[in-house]
Amino acid sequence: MKRLIPAALLLLAVSAHADNYSLPKHAVFEEECASCHMAFPPQMLHADSWRAMMGDLAHHFGSDASLDEKRRVAITDFLVTHAGGRKTGTTRDASGKPLLRITETARFEKKHREIAPATWKRASIKSPANCTACHARAAAGDYSERSINIPK
Amino acid sequence: MRKLFIIAALLAATGAQAETPRDFLTRFEKEAGGAASAERGARFFNTKQGGEWSCASCHTDKPTQAGRHAKTDKPIAALAPVANAERFTDAAKVDKWFRRNCNDTVNRLCSAQEKADVMAWLLTLK
Repeated sequence: MKRLIPAALLLLAVSAHADNYSLPKHAVFEEECASCHMAFPPQMLHADSWRAMMGDLAHHFGSDASLDEKRRVAITDFLVTHAGGRKTGTTRDASGKPLLRITETARFEKKHREIAPATWKRASIKSPANCTACHARAAAGDYSERSINIPK
Repeated sequence: MRKLFIIAALLAATGAQAETPRDFLTRFEKEAGGAASAERGARFFNTKQGGEWSCASCHTDKPTQAGRHAKTDKPIAALAPVANAERFTDAAKVDKWFRRNCNDTVNRLCSAQEKADVMAWLLTLK
């Protein structure tokens, strides 16, 4: 029993840690990708998803997010370098095409399956892409359970 | 002569940061070949021009205040130069955002006249 407690504590610590993303610094990425939305951690998608997204910025989820070629290449390299690994799970759809929306990935769906469709639509949340609405410290890469606060 | 050369070199080096909001008004008026109208700019800014959004959908109809992205809700710093000294000081940024945002609101690039009108209106805001 005495041994079980430290083991359980360790597990808790590890699982909390699993929802933290280290956010590598990159000035161009921050300037260009965090103007309209928060800077999503590069680890949330695999490299092929980032490549597909960065290949069509003029049609970026219904908005023109086009960039000059130098910046586009620099940001793509950064995202690919820090793209997701095993923890990210699959970021392809059923037909094998790379997903572009983090909110459609297996890991996102699994982590949010308790959230009712109506909750996403609240004025205080607006969209599943608005991480900061519930994950107060999302901009710092902290998606841990203890910093979640779902607004009314 | 030597001094002049140094000044010219310095000016060239700082070129990217040398613009002021008035410079953009001048540039767009020159490109349009006519004077800007602040009144037309206000109308253009505040009404939908064919797209789902107007400029005001994100920047609000009082761009001396901060706005919010219509889709993501992310705060957007005030656009009017009087409220935000960083606005309209860098040609690359100005051209980038006019390109993107005109495509999003007008479904095409804006004309020089439209950009001149919007600049003129933004510069009247106190």
